[in-house]
Amino acid sequence: MTDVEPVAAARQLAGRAAPGEQVEVYVVRSRETDVEVLRGDVESLTVAEQAGLGVRVVRDGRLGYAWVGSLDPALTDTALVEARDNARFAAPDEWQGLVSAADLNGTTPVTLDLWRDELLSVDTAAKVDLALRLEAATAAADPLVRMVESTSYGDAAIDTTVVSSLGVEATMRRTSCSCSAVALAGDGPETRSAYGFSVGRTFDELDIDGTARDAASRAVRLLGARQPRTQRLPVVLDPLVTGSVLGVVGGALNGESILKGRSMFVGRGGEAVAAPHVTLVDDPTDPEARGATSHDGEGVPTRRTTLIAEGTLRGELHNVYTGRRSGHGTTGSAVRGIGGPPSVGARALTLTSGSRSAEKIVASVDEGLYVQSVSGLHSGTNPVSGDFSVGAVGLMIRSGSLAEPVREITIASTLQRMLLDLVEVGADRRWLPGSSAGATVLIGEMQVSGS
Amino acid sequence: MLSETLNVALRSGGDFAEVFAEDRTSSSGRLDDGRVEELVSGRRRGAGVRVVRGETTGFAHTADLSPEGLRAAAEASAAAARGAPGTPPLVSLERRDVAPAPIAEPPEGIDKARKVALLERADTAARARGDAVRQVSAGYADGHRHILVANSDGLLVEDDQVRTRFSVTCVAVGDTGLRTGTEAPGRTVGFELFDDIAPETVATTAADRSLAMLTAQPAPSGPMPVVLRRGAGGVLFHEACGHGLEADLVDRDASVFRGRVGNRVAAPMVNLVDDGTYAREWGTYAIDDEGQPAARTTLIEDGILTDYLWDGVRARKAGRSSTGNGRRETYQHLPMVRMTNTYLLASEDDPDDIIADTPFGLYCVALGGGQVDTATGDFVFGVTEAYLIEHGRITAPVRAAQLIGNGPEVLRRIDAVGSDFDTWAGTCGKNGQGVPVSAGQPTLRVSELTVGGTARD
Repeated sequence: MTDVEPVAAARQLAGRAAPGEQVEVYVVRSRETDVEVLRGDVESLTVAEQAGLGVRVVRDGRLGYAWVGSLDPALTDTALVEARDNARFAAPDEWQGLVSAADLNGTTPVTLDLWRDELLSVDTAAKVDLALRLEAATAAADPLVRMVESTSYGDAAIDTTVVSSLGVEATMRRTSCSCSAVALAGDGPETRSAYGFSVGRTFDELDIDGTARDAASRAVRLLGARQPRTQRLPVVLDPLVTGSVLGVVGGALNGESILKGRSMFVGRGGEAVAAPHVTLVDDPTDPEARGATSHDGEGVPTRRTTLIAEGTLRGELHNVYTGRRSGHGTTGSAVRGIGGPPSVGARALTLTSGSRSAEKIVASVDEGLYVQSVSGLHSGTNPVSGDFSVGAVGLMIRSGSLAEPVREITIASTLQRMLLDLVEVGADRRWLPGSSAGATVLIGEMQVSGS
Repeated sequence: MLSETLNVALRSGGDFAEVFAEDRTSSSGRLDDGRVEELVSGRRRGAGVRVVRGETTGFAHTADLSPEGLRAAAEASAAAARGAPGTPPLVSLERRDVAPAPIAEPPEGIDKARKVALLERADTAARARGDAVRQVSAGYADGHRHILVANSDGLLVEDDQVRTRFSVTCVAVGDTGLRTGTEAPGRTVGFELFDDIAPETVATTAADRSLAMLTAQPAPSGPMPVVLRRGAGGVLFHEACGHGLEADLVDRDASVFRGRVGNRVAAPMVNLVDDGTYAREWGTYAIDDEGQPAARTTLIEDGILTDYLWDGVRARKAGRSSTGNGRRETYQHLPMVRMTNTYLLASEDDPDDIIADTPFGLYCVALGGGQVDTATGDFVFGVTEAYLIEHGRITAPVRAAQLIGNGPEVLRRIDAVGSDFDTWAGTCGKNGQGVPVSAGQPTLRVSELTVGGTARD
């Protein structure tokens, strides 16, 4: 039954739409490998191939959904039956409905080459060897690395297809791989940990030495960290931190959140929401972006969407439903798994790069805080109110240089204020796993809470 | 067929092999913006085959439960944990009977219209709290998970696990902007959840939380006494202490609690247990995902660290028995050490006295998520509903803030433990796997915790 061809399964189900009924099938098949090594030995090796699909039915403006983690025809047939039944209980909604092939006329999808056959031909032994080499390199990267807490390699080859009874059909394929290591640095009873990673579309793109060096040096430089006093300071965000913060900002630019009044950007279109040099776009057509894709989760071609242009709020992200209801139209921003109907989300957020390096930005700060990593981002940021308060570790900046490490602090502000007070974006853009790119960023002032 | 699968799995020299099969059906419904948006039904069925050889685990999973499908997974798993090939003796399985948690009203048998009606009742109740409640979103979710574990020790065991949860999130609008409030109780029960918990009560709690925060001031910053109301702070001990007591993290030297069993780690009135046997709680089950019975494990007794939490692999290595804490999100995941219901037990202090004895501090009523670095014990926690304590009285509400601290330090700084108790249900994430857990605690005070607020000093 794993031999059932995903596209055929999707076409077969979508083709069974009854008169007056719209049916869409979203099918995903993936092949994955995951290797974890510890103390020079393989701790676990997982190989898996899985497939499943979700069925969306719209009838009289009522939406029903069902999914199944299998392509077994007996189960997928049940999913169609359940989705139809579920639609009976939803409230009718005039904006609900699938996009038709005709609606999409005139939007040409970008051609993206995100699939590397060579990744599929790498044998398991080579993947294990890479993880073992990464662990050894991390342990050897600095004499103060006491232990490598975890080292992993993972890859995936994913095919996704959307087929609808209104004639939409899109197939996307991508390969990806990554490796990461967590170094524990210790000097006496103290332990500090930090993480390094590398991502690519195929095996050869992974940077083992860079990953090891990042994990080790970022852990070691935190040794001796103390809690500083509570104060207000200029804050420089590491590119990884910037990427995470952009993810939260992107959540508030999601058309669904805005329509439902759950965003700090409600009613602020055309207003100055950020410093004049801040331009924020979502561009899933950029092949370098980890979230790059030619079509979104509804089969709509993706495109570059400008969200903030030179400090002014100019755009929102929409799927077919929110695009209709808001009158803005879809931006090809439907995101989904098989487990539910499409929602809206960013895939490739990035700030327009500035001209200076991270070093030059740090050098421009007399006294401040360099934030290496944050914790509690999910609980500590609120895309509705804009409240922002997260745990942080990093280094003080003194006279333009990185100085003593600090820990057990929170940095707090509001996202609104941080955007307006965004002094500079670095030239060091780097696409991160997830839906954003990072760059070094200087925020004029934040509340740093310590002792 | 199971014996045969285990036999194939052991052919490359494994010490231990296991088949974990799962069939999970789920249903959920969502109301948003005054409208029942959709009902979703889901089904996941498959098996994972695990082979352990020395320190190495090979794992493969499949949605194909036919003999051929299981055989292919067993071969892939065996190849991953490869050693010297051999002809192991056929495993003889002995069924162990398990009494699944009693379910009065299995959710599969409940008419979808009744589930939808709960959502509408919540919407009405939340909006009735005032015009400032601008957005209400309500969710219903149930899941029925049938699991089977067969392993090369000869164990064969099955269990049925049914959970039901209801959640409401409100957005209130005022002069100071938008504020949110959430309440999301869940239990290991069927539709009888609603005999105990009315959707109106959940909705009212969420709505009132969003309204209270409308008048909230920016939170103060810096170290201060923090009183955690019963229930709310349990998740802090889950994060700040519980994770560091998981044997897999201890084993890899990623826990500040390593080597500390028998040592004093907290004040004498602190008792911490993890107990997967509590009837009906969100983290409860009859057997874990390795087939071991759930247990009550005392972690801290009168301030002394007494044990860690164990799964099969770590227990086997340490030459002891599992504490029934081997869990996995789905058959597609490897099990690892996870908490169940982790409770800091009640003591003798009157909760009102704890507040009255605090001249200045923060009173936390609801916490959001948190995160801990188990290697250092450093944690952060989002506070979603909190008030100032001034002169021994609860006064002004304060806006969202983070609590930041260190697990072992917080344990040492607990200086009052109340006689009341409540629990909180949530999803615990570890290495990308989410499992249902509950946390619980009486009203208690930490003499000093750093609060990361935005008020200017």
